[in-house]
Formats: sequence, structure tokens, C-alpha cells
Amino acid sequence: MSSLRIESGGQALTKAVEASKPAPEKETPSVTTRPEEQLSTAEMELRIKLLRENGELQRLHKQLVIGRVLTEAEFWANRKKLLDTDSRSKSKQRVGFNSVMISDIKPSTDGRTNRVKFNLNREIIFQIFAEKPAVHRAFLNLVPNKMTEMDFWTKYFRAGYLHSTKNTIAAAAEAAEDEELAIFLKQDDIVASEASKKIKQVHPTLDILATEADDYMHLPGHGILHDDSLHVTEQQDELYKRTLAQDLNRHASVVLEGRPIDVELDDARTLAEALAQSKQAYGKADTSKEKLNRIYPTTEIEDLQPPKDLPLAPLCIKDPRDYFDSQQASLLRTSRDTLGGTEPLKCSLSTQDAYGSLRDSISNFKSVGLSIPIVNSEVAAKVFNALTHNISSTKYHMGKNPGGSVLDMLPNSTKEELLHQSTCIQELLKHFWSSYPITTSYLFNKVSRLKDAMSQIYSQLEDMKKSVQSDLRHQVSLLVRPMQQSLIMTCAIVEPLNLHPPSTPRSCTVQSLVVMVCDSL
Amino acid sequence: MKFQIEDITVYFPYDHIYPEQYAYMIELKRALDAKGHCLLEMPTGTGKTIALLSLITGYALSKPQNPIKLLYCTRTVHEMEKTLAELKMLHNYQLQHLGPAAKILAIGLSSRKNLCINPDVVSAENRDSVDAACRKLTASWVRALAAENPNVHTCDFFEKYERAASGAVLPPGVYTLQDLRAFGKEKGWCPYFLARHMVQFANVVVYSYQYLLDPKVAGIISKEMQRESVVVFDEAHNIDNVCIEALSVSVRRQTLEGASRNLSRISQEIDRFKATDAGRLRAEYNRLVDGLAQRGNLAVSDTWLSNPALPDDILKEAVPGNIRRAEHFLHVLRRLVQYLKGRLDTENVEKESPIGFVASLNTHAGIDQKTLKFCYDRLHSLMLTLEITDTDEFLHIQTICDFATLVGTYFRGFSIIIEPFDERMPHIPDPVLQLCCHDASLAIKPVFERFQSVVITSGTLSPIDLYPRLLNFHPVVSRSFTMSLTRECICPMVLTRGSDQLPVSTKFDMRSDPGVVRNYGKLLLEMVSVVPDGIVCFFVSYSYMDGIISVWNDSGILKDIMQNKLVFIETQDVVETTLALDNYRRACDCGRGAVFFSVARGKVAEGIDFDRHYGRLVIMFGVPFQYTLSNFTDFKS
Repeated sequence: MSSLRIESGGQALTKAVEASKPAPEKETPSVTTRPEEQLSTAEMELRIKLLRENGELQRLHKQLVIGRVLTEAEFWANRKKLLDTDSRSKSKQRVGFNSVMISDIKPSTDGRTNRVKFNLNREIIFQIFAEKPAVHRAFLNLVPNKMTEMDFWTKYFRAGYLHSTKNTIAAAAEAAEDEELAIFLKQDDIVASEASKKIKQVHPTLDILATEADDYMHLPGHGILHDDSLHVTEQQDELYKRTLAQDLNRHASVVLEGRPIDVELDDARTLAEALAQSKQAYGKADTSKEKLNRIYPTTEIEDLQPPKDLPLAPLCIKDPRDYFDSQQASLLRTSRDTLGGTEPLKCSLSTQDAYGSLRDSISNFKSVGLSIPIVNSEVAAKVFNALTHNISSTKYHMGKNPGGSVLDMLPNSTKEELLHQSTCIQELLKHFWSSYPITTSYLFNKVSRLKDAMSQIYSQLEDMKKSVQSDLRHQVSLLVRPMQQSLIMTCAIVEPLNLHPPSTPRSCTVQSLVVMVCDSL
Repeated sequence: MKFQIEDITVYFPYDHIYPEQYAYMIELKRALDAKGHCLLEMPTGTGKTIALLSLITGYALSKPQNPIKLLYCTRTVHEMEKTLAELKMLHNYQLQHLGPAAKILAIGLSSRKNLCINPDVVSAENRDSVDAACRKLTASWVRALAAENPNVHTCDFFEKYERAASGAVLPPGVYTLQDLRAFGKEKGWCPYFLARHMVQFANVVVYSYQYLLDPKVAGIISKEMQRESVVVFDEAHNIDNVCIEALSVSVRRQTLEGASRNLSRISQEIDRFKATDAGRLRAEYNRLVDGLAQRGNLAVSDTWLSNPALPDDILKEAVPGNIRRAEHFLHVLRRLVQYLKGRLDTENVEKESPIGFVASLNTHAGIDQKTLKFCYDRLHSLMLTLEITDTDEFLHIQTICDFATLVGTYFRGFSIIIEPFDERMPHIPDPVLQLCCHDASLAIKPVFERFQSVVITSGTLSPIDLYPRLLNFHPVVSRSFTMSLTRECICPMVLTRGSDQLPVSTKFDMRSDPGVVRNYGKLLLEMVSVVPDGIVCFFVSYSYMDGIISVWNDSGILKDIMQNKLVFIETQDVVETTLALDNYRRACDCGRGAVFFSVARGKVAEGIDFDRHYGRLVIMFGVPFQYTLSNFTDFKS
């Protein structure tokens, strides 16, 4: 019933829009400002930059703002977080180090001779310099004055080989003969001195060292010998012994710290110099740091207090769709094993049971009212899971090949179009629902604008359904249906509003809306 | 929030309170009212510390005519810092509501290494060398010398503190170690000696167990505490071990060799003094004749570790004639060291009672029990007379004298065990002679007697009726509280088979099986891919952890783990471990996520919290049983 009404309205509207076609497309995104809202140039630039970085946002902006469905201010009102300059300036994101250990670089052999070949690239060299400052220093000192770069790395891997044999005596012997080799074999003195500096900045509630310094009970010879192998056994050739644990800890801390500089340099020498410079600058800035600058909420009991923000490293995702879709696909693959695919949710309730529970909840509403809508958390979680699982899985299970999305079967242009329309609808709906209750004529105008846009999209979807190849038509209509349904539903609510002139704005409560939605179903 | 418990107003710095915290406070108050000792068990994470602090400070505030002092003992320095941070928050809250009337002085106390601000001293490598470096600058004879000779170095901070004399006081407030250092820097006063001085006046003192339980330290720090004090032992489930360790000494070959070196050095010093300043040695002799083992009022900077025996057991009489002369005393010590060397040359495990040991020592080396008993005091007096400042070099002879004093003082509750080698490595000779205390009540007895209320509390004190027997005291309150949970917070699980249905276990004969190691790796790999934030893994020992990680590294499992989370590992190097922990927290804070490999009953397992996102999942690879085959545990049971 309602759908019919929309369709007719929609068609009429499409014609109207077609008559006033949007202005020719420009390559650079533009921000249209209305005279009443004054934007500083900085804000303006920020918006333009945002649009340029995010293609999806740009398309949406073009369609809705330049298409005069939403005003500039309305469009950005939903994205205040993006415009927050503070968080943006911090979130400059660099590509971090590889999580793979350097020692995992495996050489290739030709199988005939005893030669092994290591392939070093800029990335690996940079990581070696960052994780082993002593090697970095040696490189700066030795190459190219004392030895060639080739010799340098050969020695480096020779030392790595000696470590891997775990023969500390042989390592010590070779180191005694070769001064330069010894540099690679020895404990990294720069790391050690950095450690003694860093230990001062460790939060006191973690400082195990302080406990050791306070423990007079275990003066040498006092206390009881611990009856497990916890006590330190003294090792010989300590100088040349480097444990895997040390390497792992060092690696993880370097990865965590992230890349000190952005490098686009090809040459190892310039790389080494750039790193040294950035370190110097960092060291200068760092000296004034005091121990307690980093504050952990360790002492407070979280439950009994309002939540606090942690120093999270913001993740900047260039293409959200790409990121989340791949995550979701892998998640679904694993969840399918356990859930056994799209098993329909079991709802076997007899009519009587259903009636009874409905009655219960109604009487509950009557006595308590709707003000505190507390749902049993277990039930809520169950429903939520069932719904979201269903939503995310249909997209994938409709495809023929497991794991592949049905979207991948469509021609690229159709797929893009579909996805764009879907985000467009989401945006419109977001604005639509946030306009309730309609208390001012401004909101009324906005809603009617939105309604027009929605009916336009509706008809576009119809067109799309018709235009696709016949073998794909079924899939497309399956995908389009939920979008159209949501449009129909909202428009069904808008329809009665049209009867009232804007001079007497009508307030619409949530309850009456719900009733209307139920009616339209 | 603010509420009443009977006549006490409690200020609680949160808007809400757990019901068990409230119940805990009521029981604690009963014990304080009765001026008795109590045992309280309440699970970890329910806010024991803040409940304790709120009630006890509230108690003191409500009864200002007779304010009680709080001595709060923690196992580790980081727990001390945490307690002080909580107290600081509470104190701010009280100040907000009560104004200046709520002002208290609360300080944390630690060693010189943790408090010293003199860069030349604190840069020394370890605790003992910091202590010695401090002594070199602050000992009374060094300062006397410096007064005449400007080339002798002293510590500016200590000099300034001394010059300020009675003016050197801490204004009211809560001082963490960091705050003490900052205050010291600002005023130019030595924070260590300032803190030690202020301990007498502070309303709350937070320090480590040993400052009350170990007579060597307690004798210096906690001598003059008022009876109207509440002593709290937090995380006290291992308090019996601490008590036992406080009175135990072990002697190895290295100790004896070091002691011999120390003795020759002392002998040289004696010769030097004889040549230059014979009067000093004579004066010491005369003092000893007069019966003064201790020199009475020592300058605060001259004190060294105190007598290892408990204060009530130290004889207050003249030093026996045979060790009054320095050379005679040295002879006695040489004979003692020689005798111990002989005893270490054994091929079997020997167990002996102190009575038997002393008797055989008397027949073989001619040292009687009374002489042994005075060894510590005599050595102490000699070191002061010889003006020895590098105390860190003399730890070996110190150990021998501690051993002698303890073995001469106690006949019951101790035993002597001589082992020729570590049982798990029988091919490596490593003889050790241990004087083991196995009566935990000995060390804690003076604490129960001296102080009005002693509170022993922890997350796990079960069975709760065991502790009064172990420590030999009668609690007026002994209660266990359970945690009230609004929802399921943890989901414990025991895994006996891997994903390939092979059984997994850390049983000794199975643990290095490749299948078990692989299955453990697979398990962790699955977990790191789904669990957010931090994961903590505990292994049964360092050697097992090292082994399993290197296998994982070779087989590429570690590489896969690192794709999901950063890996940090506890090592035997404390600096490295501390930094790894710090980085681990950072990685959890910033959302990167990390795994921390740790050892059950290692350093990290003691008092480091892995709460909230720092530990979304804990995996124990095996159950750490106490190594029950050792001679010591055998004897204890």
C-alpha cells in the first residue's frame, strides 16, 4: 500500500530533479558555504583535505551537499570527530616496523656451493640500525672509510651465524682476532646505556629494580636458598652471550616505539645519517622528561569511578570498507566453522507462549513504564548477535564460493554504485532520524528535503535492478530489497506529516513513531 | 563518600563501595577497638588497600586525643608506591571535606639506592655499593676529617640536612619515594636521612616487611615506634616465609673465601692503626671491658646493619675476654672460617641441630657458645674502630658473624643443613651450609608484643586458621570475605589436550615432547589472534620458558604470534624485565596489544598487577608446584 504511494511520488520527483541537473563535475572537492555560516580558511582547508583523503566521503558530499539535499553544516554536524583538529594533528600515522625479527631473515643458497646469499633491502637495513644502535654507530664510523658496505654486512651476518651456533667460546675466540667482528658479537653498549636511562622513567609501580635495591633480607648469604632454579647461575663469556629473550624484548620495544623518521632514502649511508640526526634531536628533547610524566590510572578502582581515556594510538584507516570487509570475511570464515553457516535462529514458541510473554511485557510496561527500558543483558546479547551475524553473513553466504562476497560477482560499476547508494541511504537515514521530533519549521524543511532525496534514490535503485543482466538480477534485487524497505518505512512516516502545514509543527514521540512503523509493516 | 561506622566517620574517595569493603571495615574496626590482632582475607581486586587506609585514617581522625600511627608493610617497593598513591588520593579527598584538620604526614621509606639524590653516590652499581659510597661521604670520622682538611669529600645534601638540624622537617602531606627525592632536591637535604628521621613523627609509614621483621634492618629503622600503632602486613600470604628467611643464613665456598680476604684486610688495618693510632684500639678495649658492646649513641650515618638476632635475645653484658683484643677476635674468626671450610668438604647431605653444631665447634675449634653469640657485636665495634667505610667489601665476614651470632643464640627452631651439591645438578659440586630457621613465629613475635594491633591481610589466607598456629598469636578477629560480583568476570578453563587431541602437560617427562610444545604454541597462536589487548603467560621455570620459546622461534610459531601481538619476556636481568614490563603496558595502553611471558613465582609474579586490559587472558603453561624434594622443605614438613 505504502510502497505504491512512494513509487508514484518518486517518479514525479525524478523528473523534477532531472530537469535541474547538477553542475558539471569538478575534480577537486569543493566546500560550498552559505553566507550565514562563516568558516575560517583553516577549517575550510581541513574539510577539503578530509574530502580529498576519503573518496567515499567525497562522493557522499558531492551527492548530498552539492545536490542541495543537505547543507554544508548539516553534513559536517554528524562528523564532529573528524573535524576535531586536536585529534587530527596527533594522528599523523607512520608505517611502523615489520613485526618479523631481523634474525628471521633467512639466506638463500644455490645448493651447490657453500655460499649463502642474504638479500638486504632498505627496510631491513633500517630495522637493523634501529634495533642495534651499536651496528648503526659502527656503520657510520667504518663505511666507507675503513671497509666497503659489502664487507660490513658480510661481517654482520658472520657474527649472526656465530650467535646462532650458540658457541660462545668460538665467538669469543673469533672476536679476539677480529676487532670489527667483535662489535657485532658484543652486547650492545648503547642499548645498555639507554636502558639505564629509561629505567628512571619507568612507572614506580612497576619498578622491580627498586625492590631489589630495598631487599636487605637477601644480602649475599642471607635468607634461604630458593628451592627452585630461579637463582641466577653465573655464566661465562657473558660478554658474547646474547639471549633470544633479549633480542625479542629489544625488537618489540623498537616496533612499539615506531619509526623515528619517514624514509624515502635508497642508500644505506644516507639512511644511517638521517637516523643519527633524528636521534640527536630526540635526545635533546627528551632530557627534560621526568619520571612521572606518564600517568597510569593504576591506583583507582575502575568500577567505582567514571571511565578514563587511555593514551590510545589512533588508527587511521584510509579505506574503511576495505579494512572492515577483509576483517569480517576472515571472522566469518572462522565463525562459520563453529556456527555451521547461516543457521536460522531457533524460535519455536507456541502461540500461547508468545501471547503470554507479550502480555507479561505489556503489563510490565504498564506498571514500570517505558522510561527505564532495561532488557535482560543475556537476551539482549543473544538478539544482537543473531541480528548482526545475519546481516554480515547474508552478504557472503549468497555468493557461490565460500568466503567470497556476492558483491564480487557483480560488474565493478554496479558494485560501486550499490555500495555508494547504500552509504548514501545510511547518511540520509541518520539525518532523518536525528531530526525527530520535528518541532521547528527548519526541521520540517529538512525532513521534506530528505524525503525527496530518498524517493529519488528509491527510483534509482529500481532502475538499477532493471538494468543489470538477467542472471544477476536476482542477487541485485536481494541486495537492493533491504535498502528499499528502509526507505519505504521512513517515507511512510513522512507521508502523514505532509498533511500538516509547517506553521503548526507536530511533535512526534518515539512511541507514535513505533506505532506507525508497525502499521506500515 | 562519607559514612559512619559506629563512632567513626569514614571518608571513602569513591562514589560507590563494594559491600565486602564495608564488611571488611567493620571487622577491622572491631579489632582496633579491642586493641588486638586480626586476620582478614579478601580477594584481590576488591580494594583491600583503600578500605584499610580509609578506615584506619578515619579512626585516627575521629580520635584525635590519642591518634594511632599506621605502619603499613608491603612486600615490594612497587606495592609501596601503589599504596602511597592510593593514600594520596584518599588524603586529598579528606582535605576537601575536612580542610586542614585532616592533614597528616605519610612517608614511604626505602634504601639509599632508592632515595639518594647525590649523583656521585646513586650512580653506584648496586644497593651495597650505594650504601658504602654514602658511608664514605657521611661517616662521622670522614666528616670530622673534612672539617680540618677541605680536600676530603663530603655529601652536600647530608651536610645541609645536618646544618638544618631540628629545622629539617617534612611538612604534612603524603610523600612517595619520588616526592621525597623531589623535596630533598628542592631543599638540598638528604631525603634518605630526612625520611629516616621523620619516621618517628609520621602518622603513616609505608615500608617493606623487613623493616619490621628482619632484625638486621628493624634494629636501625623501627627501634622507636610507639606502642599505639597499627601494623598492617599486606599480601601476607607468604609472611611465614619472610619470617623464616629473616633469620636464616647460608654459607658457600665463595663466602668463606671472601671472609678470609676480609680478615687479612682487617688484620692489615689493625697493624696500620697500631703503628699510627694505637690509642684508638686501646680505647676500644677499655670500652669492651666496661661491657659496652655497642657504642651507645652512634651518629645516624654510622649505623650499619644491625644485630641479626631478635632484640630480646641479645645479651646486654660485657664482651667475653677472649675476643676483646682485636687480634684475638681475628684469631677466633679465622678458626671459625677454617672449621666451616672443613664442614663444607662433605660428600653427603648432613643435618644437625644447632646444639650439636656448637658442641662440635667447641671441641674442634675451641670456640664456645658465648663467644659465637658476641661475634656480630664484636665485628661491628671493630669495623667502627677501624673506621671502615667500604662496607660492601665486608659482606662476607658479616655473613659469617651473623651466622655465628644466630647459631650461638638459638637452639630451638633452627637446624643446620650441609649439602655437597644441588640435587638437580649432582655433577657440579657446590657445597652450601645453611642455618635454616623453621619457626616463623620467632621473627614476628616482637612485632606482636610491641604493637597494639597487627593486621595480617591478603587475597588468599586459606586455611585461615593455619596462620595463628604458624605465627603463634591469637587474633581477636579472623574473617574471610568473598567477592560480590554483578556478573561473571573470569572464565577459568583447564586444557588437557591440544587441538590434535594429543594430551598436553608440563609433567617433567612430557614437557619437552615436540607435540606438547607445538600444541602449546598453537594454543597461544589461536588466542593471540582473537583476544584483544594484553595476554600474560606463566611458565613453570626460566629454563622451561627459554626452551619452549626457542623451539617456537625455530618452528616459526613465534613469528606468527608476533604478527598479532608484540612479545615481551621476563628475564633474570631485573633491568631488562622492568623495561619489558613497562613496554608491555605501553603496548596495551596504545591498543597495539602484547603478550608477556613470565615465570610463575618469579619476580614479576610477585605484586605486579595485570588488571583490566593488561591481562585479558592469562595462560599458565603447567602448574608450578613447590620443588618438594629439597632438603629444606623436607625438613620443614
